[in-house]
Amino acid sequence: MAYLPLADQEQELHHPHSWVTKYVWSQDHKVIAIQYGGTAIAVGCVALVLSLLMRMQLGFPESFDFIDPNSYYQSVTMHGMIMVVYLLTALFLGGFGNYLIPLMVGARDMVFPFLNMLSYWVYLLSVLILMASFFVDGGPTGAGWTLYPPQAAMAGTPGHDMGIILMLVSLVVFIVAFTMGGLNYVTTVLQGRCRGLTMMRLPLSVWGIFVATILGLFAFPALLVSAIMMIFDTLLGTSFFMPAVIESGTPLDHNGGSPILFQHLFWFFGHPEVYIVALPAFGLVSDVLSTHARKNIFGYRMMVWAIIAIGGLSFVVWAHHMYVSGMHPYFGFFFATTTLIIAVPTALKVYNWVLTLWEGNIRLNAPMYFAIGFIFTFIHGGLTGLFLGNVVIDLPLSDTYFVVAHFHMVMGVSPVLVLFAALYHWYPKITGRMFHSGMAKLHFWCTFLGTYAIYLPMHYLGFLGVPRRYYALGTTDFIPQSAQDLNAAITMAALFVSASQLLFFINIFWSLRNGKKAGGNPWGSASLEWQTPDTPPIHGNWGDELPTVYRWAYDYSVPGAHEDFISQNTPESAEPTVDEQHFDSDIDQPLAGV
Amino acid sequence: MSFIKNITVKPWERKGIIGGLRPVGTFDTAPEKVALVFFLVVASVVFSLFTVSYIIRMELPDWRPLSDPAQLWLNTGLLVISSILLQWARTIVQTEARKHLISAFIGGGVFAILFIAGQMNTWQDLQATGNYINANPATSFFFLLTGLHALHLLGGLWVWSKSSIRLIAGSKPEEIKLSIELCTLYWHFLLIVWLAMFAMLTNT
Repeated sequence: MAYLPLADQEQELHHPHSWVTKYVWSQDHKVIAIQYGGTAIAVGCVALVLSLLMRMQLGFPESFDFIDPNSYYQSVTMHGMIMVVYLLTALFLGGFGNYLIPLMVGARDMVFPFLNMLSYWVYLLSVLILMASFFVDGGPTGAGWTLYPPQAAMAGTPGHDMGIILMLVSLVVFIVAFTMGGLNYVTTVLQGRCRGLTMMRLPLSVWGIFVATILGLFAFPALLVSAIMMIFDTLLGTSFFMPAVIESGTPLDHNGGSPILFQHLFWFFGHPEVYIVALPAFGLVSDVLSTHARKNIFGYRMMVWAIIAIGGLSFVVWAHHMYVSGMHPYFGFFFATTTLIIAVPTALKVYNWVLTLWEGNIRLNAPMYFAIGFIFTFIHGGLTGLFLGNVVIDLPLSDTYFVVAHFHMVMGVSPVLVLFAALYHWYPKITGRMFHSGMAKLHFWCTFLGTYAIYLPMHYLGFLGVPRRYYALGTTDFIPQSAQDLNAAITMAALFVSASQLLFFINIFWSLRNGKKAGGNPWGSASLEWQTPDTPPIHGNWGDELPTVYRWAYDYSVPGAHEDFISQNTPESAEPTVDEQHFDSDIDQPLAGV
Repeated sequence: MSFIKNITVKPWERKGIIGGLRPVGTFDTAPEKVALVFFLVVASVVFSLFTVSYIIRMELPDWRPLSDPAQLWLNTGLLVISSILLQWARTIVQTEARKHLISAFIGGGVFAILFIAGQMNTWQDLQATGNYINANPATSFFFLLTGLHALHLLGGLWVWSKSSIRLIAGSKPEEIKLSIELCTLYWHFLLIVWLAMFAMLTNT
């Protein structure tokens, strides 16, 4: 049976009738995106506060009574897990994926709006379960964000009873939510595109989100499997991962389990997770750079292939997180090789971003500041990744602050800069108002320079051999006093950067009412989401008729065009002919005499 | 157009509408089916990772193979019949007929319920003989894998019950065709998963 393409079906939209169905139990992808985004940012703020607690302890040890070793480790664990899973994954895919996919593919909504709504509410449930662990006996787990057994379930670890259970259950619930959302994103990109929109005409944002979602659908099962087996180990006394252990002189009931198996499963999820966050960031930043440089993205096809290649390779590098687990040297050699190989398509993307800027008509709007800032931090974090990808360099550095510096540059600061670039870039479409440009640029400089002040010295601490994961360094011969001074400086920078994020919140809330009216397409962008008849787009997005796409999303500065961009839904007939094109008279005259 | 050919075109060169009403690269099928196929891939990954864990854990010295519960053969038979009946319902609905449709479709679900009841019986028998979930890794895996499979089947039965109500309430075959097709696909998938698990659980 031949099915009508979705774009041509009269899609039955769920029309809201009350405030509750419009803003709470909404099935509109844009409202769900804002719900996802708001929840993710709120929980991210919790994680930010936790990181400040850690930094205060490290910078000024023994100064704060309310931070003890237990609360320190609980802060480390919750900060890591919240930032990676509940903030970054949820905001990039649940937030931007939801908002941008239907608009960028010219659809009225996601293919399964009800499932989409369910996805958000299940995600919120997972967040609430996680937050509940702050209020149970023993508090949240302090096992480190990797939750390695047997330590996570042993009495010496904070939150070893209820905390770890709530964390694991929350992750399982999160994965259910992600799967519901993910099936929606993938199906909408494949089946919901409007007429004329081939896959190779999709903006790179959609490509990034699409491939990241597929990665997520394949990688989250590994976390699901390990979480389920660990719940069994902790609650039902099985021994999937738990070996025979003696705790305070008493042998536990467990026997013979394999903790290394957990590590493999965890990192089989954990490494693709890096790219689940990075690929949407790559896509979004490509679109921001291209729009504000008024130039088509350099090497569009290469960019798509690189996204696909990175997605595939991300599944064969996981054990580079486990070099110190005592693996066979050949095993380490294999993973070092694949790690270096994945750097190739990644570097290719960096070259293409830089070449997009080359001879572009760059407009230094606030989103562009963040996008260019991202190129810096990403190159920086990427290069230190090459150090750590090599077994012999990783072994001495693995347990030091060098690793903390590396992954915060590549996995923390870089995606967050893209998030800000994207939030500022699409803010006028989401709200219909412009933000305060000066405040946004001040926000950029505080964040960009501030994060360098935090993480650059950490590399140095790593080379000194300062170990990570320690609550307090105490007096150690090989760590000089200057390291402690540096730690204090890092803490001051962290407090400054955190406080400066208030600029962002003040700006977006202040501009909601006081921002200049944005109009439909304030940046002069060619992609489809800027061509909606209403701004912000109303339910159903496109008015009476769905758009038709005639070109790719990067027709900027086309010679002879009336404007410096041609939107994707501009027909060929609307393009200027050669006769209409304006030539400079000085050049015309000699030709006229020929 | 193949995937490779699809992603090697130069989008900056060609303007205008490409393809007919259907954008190039969409599948000629219902979106629900595309989503289900993706879900089946995800579920396959879950079961595969459990299998890998099973094989790795099996190598460790404390593994004691489980004596095969005879009931599993009966349960397998029930699930096979369930799948056959649903396939029959699918064949009927494709010709847009109604005769035997209700009995085939409802029957398929009923046999699946019997399968789950059989599995529960197996769990009780195991516990009665001291094979608790934490007795040995082999037993732990047995409960875990069969439980997870049953959970997937329960999810399918929820969709099946909704479709059954529509069918009994008099929905026309063409209205319910897609639901029946997707249920059948899901049932066959779970049968294949079960057969693979059954072979693994009884041979190790």
